[in-house]
Amino acid sequence: MIPPLARLWQPAALVLAIMLLIALPFGLERYGIYILSLWAVTTIAAIGLNLTLGYAGQISLAQGAFVGIGAYTAAIMTSAGWPLLVALIVAIILCFAVGWLLGYPALRVQHHYLAFVTLAFSTLAFLVFRNEQWLTGGIYGIFGIPRPTIFGFSTRSAQAFYYVCLGALGAVSLMAWWLVRSPWGRAFTALRENPLRAQSLGIDTRRYTLMAFAIGSAIGGVSGVLYAPLVEFVDPTPFSLVLSLNLLLMVIVGGQGFFFGPFLGALIAVLLPEWLRFTKGYYLIIYALVVMLLLIWSPSGILGILDEALTRRKTRRASALRAAARPTLDEGRAP
Amino acid sequence: MKPVLEVRDIHKSFGGIHAVRGVSFDVRPGEILGIIGPNGCGKSTLFNCILGQLPPSSGEVWLEGERVTGLRPSQLNRLGVSRTFQLLQVFPKLSVRENLILAGQEHRGSMLSRLLGPGDAGLTPDADKMIAFFKMQHLADERAGGLSFGQQKLLDAAMAFMAGPRLVLLDEPAGGVNLTMLGNLKERLKAINEEQGATFVVIEHNMDFVMSLCSRVVVLAEGKVLAIGTPADIRANQAVIDAYLGH
Ligand SMILES: Nc1ncnc2c1ncn2[C@@H]1O[C@H](COP(=O)(O)OP(=O)(O)O)[C@@H](O)[C@H]1O
Ligand SMILES: [Mg+2]
Repeated sequence: MIPPLARLWQPAALVLAIMLLIALPFGLERYGIYILSLWAVTTIAAIGLNLTLGYAGQISLAQGAFVGIGAYTAAIMTSAGWPLLVALIVAIILCFAVGWLLGYPALRVQHHYLAFVTLAFSTLAFLVFRNEQWLTGGIYGIFGIPRPTIFGFSTRSAQAFYYVCLGALGAVSLMAWWLVRSPWGRAFTALRENPLRAQSLGIDTRRYTLMAFAIGSAIGGVSGVLYAPLVEFVDPTPFSLVLSLNLLLMVIVGGQGFFFGPFLGALIAVLLPEWLRFTKGYYLIIYALVVMLLLIWSPSGILGILDEALTRRKTRRASALRAAARPTLDEGRAP
Repeated sequence: MKPVLEVRDIHKSFGGIHAVRGVSFDVRPGEILGIIGPNGCGKSTLFNCILGQLPPSSGEVWLEGERVTGLRPSQLNRLGVSRTFQLLQVFPKLSVRENLILAGQEHRGSMLSRLLGPGDAGLTPDADKMIAFFKMQHLADERAGGLSFGQQKLLDAAMAFMAGPRLVLLDEPAGGVNLTMLGNLKERLKAINEEQGATFVVIEHNMDFVMSLCSRVVVLAEGKVLAIGTPADIRANQAVIDAYLGH
């Protein structure tokens, strides 16, 4: 039997992490708070991709484009005087709809074909950001994006806006947690692991595939809506294919299909370059090496390593149980 | 009595291979129908055509008087037809209970209620009943991937019964299962047939298994029906003896 203390470590670690995230800005300078906010915003985008890729098994190289769509929606609308909350709702609906449409190719093609289709979409979105100057400001982008005032509180300061990002991360996490624990999450897993069997169990794999794309994309849009006022400026550069690839890497490094994978992946992707700054131009090389070594060691990411260790322990327990039950099951007659 | 399933003159070709050549039979309410025949005679292909996994080249499938040819597998499943595959197909990372809940969840409520409602879709009691029925209580929380092969086959079969189906098609449920587990499986299948009135069709290689489990048997050879009858009829059928039982 598991002692109760061992079962408590997970909630305890979670509470500790949340308290740390709340307290951290008090010990950090402006730049540090900015990096932490960027982590929260990036994590949101990665959570979205983790739903599409990690849980439902549909590869997407377009998550960065949805962050871009969200960011431009926020930039354009708040510059025109709309509240950020309205921009958020519009971005969610827009990204959900576009993500749904992007899901259609996934009903016909899988794996690297699907990667190419989503890559093409990513490129298309980038071209729209860059070329439709009347809407997006083209390569000059959109300046002076205001940070919102919430219930009379201005979030202009780095610290205040950090809490906006953290609050959003909390809300998105809760919703994602609910989703993956719901029958939908189970259906996503079935879709990823064995679509043929899933269908035979009545799972409408078409509808769930589209939903996986739509929801993942909508969450990407939420990330973008926060990104615009965080940086207070948008131009096309951050939303190129590189962002999509980075988000993909974060999900994979953290551990796809693990709830906390995106948190960890985004932490590494956002913090490591800062920590490795002293290496000057070499940090990208070191980052790349670390990622390669990790993926050679465990293709299922950092949390995959942990999970394997836990499963080994569980399996040992299971075989012990099997051995104990042997007389009635493996060798015995039916009682 | 109206048959649960009617299969009418199903043909299926793969390029030059004519795998199923005009198979017709029906399945009566409450019966266990066996399908036997040598390897490669088209049994699995026939199942796949009935279940919408493959489009038949020609022929029709009727479910309780309704034509269901060409429906998607998920649609057929929600009409109450479930199946197992010849190769073991459980979800190794989900627990035994989760596998069973998955097998039942799409038959409960709406898409929205499956998102907003309880995580188990209210199926934990049903799953636990099924677990108890198949005598796997001690394994309920184990990942399916950690079970022995025989236990996984048992779970695979249990999943097919989870949604209270009108008809279950089992493709070699006993394949690769050791003798004692085989007895257990047969006994459970008989029990579910008697207690719940479940109707099913079983493809099986193991002759004793089929003959002692089924009320009627269809013998296939080279994509065609060679004989249909009770186990006793089949044992006495000269064509069957010559073609199949003989060697
Ligand atoms: N998807 C497929 N493509 C081509 N040939 C197939 C396919 N599935 C089955 N066959 C062929 O059809 C014949 C019947 O196969 P199958 O239905 O699996 O036989 P059984 O289940 O009776 O052993 C075999 O000759 C097999 O090679
Ligand atoms: Mg077969």
